[in-house]
Amino acid sequence: MMTDTIRHHLPDDLLMAYAAGSLPEAFSLLVATHLSMCDRCRAAAESYDAVGGALLEDVPEAAMSEASLAATLAMLQAPDPKPARRAKTRDSAFTLPQPLADYAGSRLSDIRWRPVGMGVKQAILRTSRTATARMMHIPPGVAMPDHGHHGMEMTLVLDGAFSDAFGLYRAGDIAVADASVDHVPVATDDKACLCVIAADARLRFNSLIPRLLQPLLRI
Amino acid sequence: MTPETPSSRSAQDLARSARAVEAAPDWEAMILRIRDHQDQAAFAALFRHFAPRVKGFLMKSGAEATQAEECAQDVMATLWRKAHMYDPARASAATWIFTIARNRRIDLLRRERRPEPEDLGWGPEADPPAEDVAVLKQESEILHQALSDLPEAQADLIRQAYFGDLSHREIADRTGLPLGTIKSRIRLALDRLRHAMT
Repeated sequence: MMTDTIRHHLPDDLLMAYAAGSLPEAFSLLVATHLSMCDRCRAAAESYDAVGGALLEDVPEAAMSEASLAATLAMLQAPDPKPARRAKTRDSAFTLPQPLADYAGSRLSDIRWRPVGMGVKQAILRTSRTATARMMHIPPGVAMPDHGHHGMEMTLVLDGAFSDAFGLYRAGDIAVADASVDHVPVATDDKACLCVIAADARLRFNSLIPRLLQPLLRI
Repeated sequence: MTPETPSSRSAQDLARSARAVEAAPDWEAMILRIRDHQDQAAFAALFRHFAPRVKGFLMKSGAEATQAEECAQDVMATLWRKAHMYDPARASAATWIFTIARNRRIDLLRRERRPEPEDLGWGPEADPPAEDVAVLKQESEILHQALSDLPEAQADLIRQAYFGDLSHREIADRTGLPLGTIKSRIRLALDRLRHAMT
């Protein structure tokens, strides 16, 4: 898709945790979305799946009951539970990768934005409470509110670009920051930056007013 | 673990994996027999081999025996129903079954959705070239052997990361090892695996 232009990829520990199935849902959502945009990371993710397959071969066996095979064959006689087909409606101008569309709606106009000041808009996505996921829309040249974070924060750019002390992040690029990082992402001047962010703890804001707003804005 | 041409491997590795391939039943072909002929004998063979492993995997992850048994049956039923989606050039039978079992575990133990990447839009197509299937099979065998050859301390952490449903931080809490030690052991293990694959 846009795979040739991606410069910032998923680190190995996140790829492995995704393959192992130990990431909170919000982080898995960002990983799956990045994999949909990045062939290189998709191939790496498949090799971590293969590690799981090799381990499965050697896991201590737990005996199945005598009747289990017959019971499973009987299950197969029942009609197939048909999975709901994913809606394929697409905006002509811009489409969200499928894993994200499953949470945010397939059209950009489906997203329920809320203003959070300075022209920045945010939409919280529904995931399990182990971590949060939200989309942000930041006007050209505007900074995300100054923040650090308690835990890990992962940002995936979907459209436009932002830059911080660590570099320039464009569509498909992923930025991972842990609690030690205080950074100020600023959308580049040419167009608005659309991104999706997962965080495993409430963000810690460095100035008082945003901290007071934090419970209201859920950021 | 980037794909490499077979010629870059040592003769010893090739001989070792060739012996293992001869010894192991062709699980991948059995899944294709289910897909093409609803072959119950192939299913029974896969079930006898993999269901106890899936059950063991789920119990290691914290499921009770009864729950793990039901879930292992579910996983094997999914294999039958989704056999048309299996691509032997992308995943070994064990790898594919692992991914099904992992997703069921997330559903079962955490009650969470598991976001998956967008399907590659290649659509239903003819079987992949036999050569690609053979290469994948050989690489899977080398990876399996490389994992068995890891020093125990490294192998143990990899197993915990995959089967214990634990983050590196949780492994640190459980083993009492500093987080840095765990990360570097896992990194070493992955480096060794990559080295084995080239």
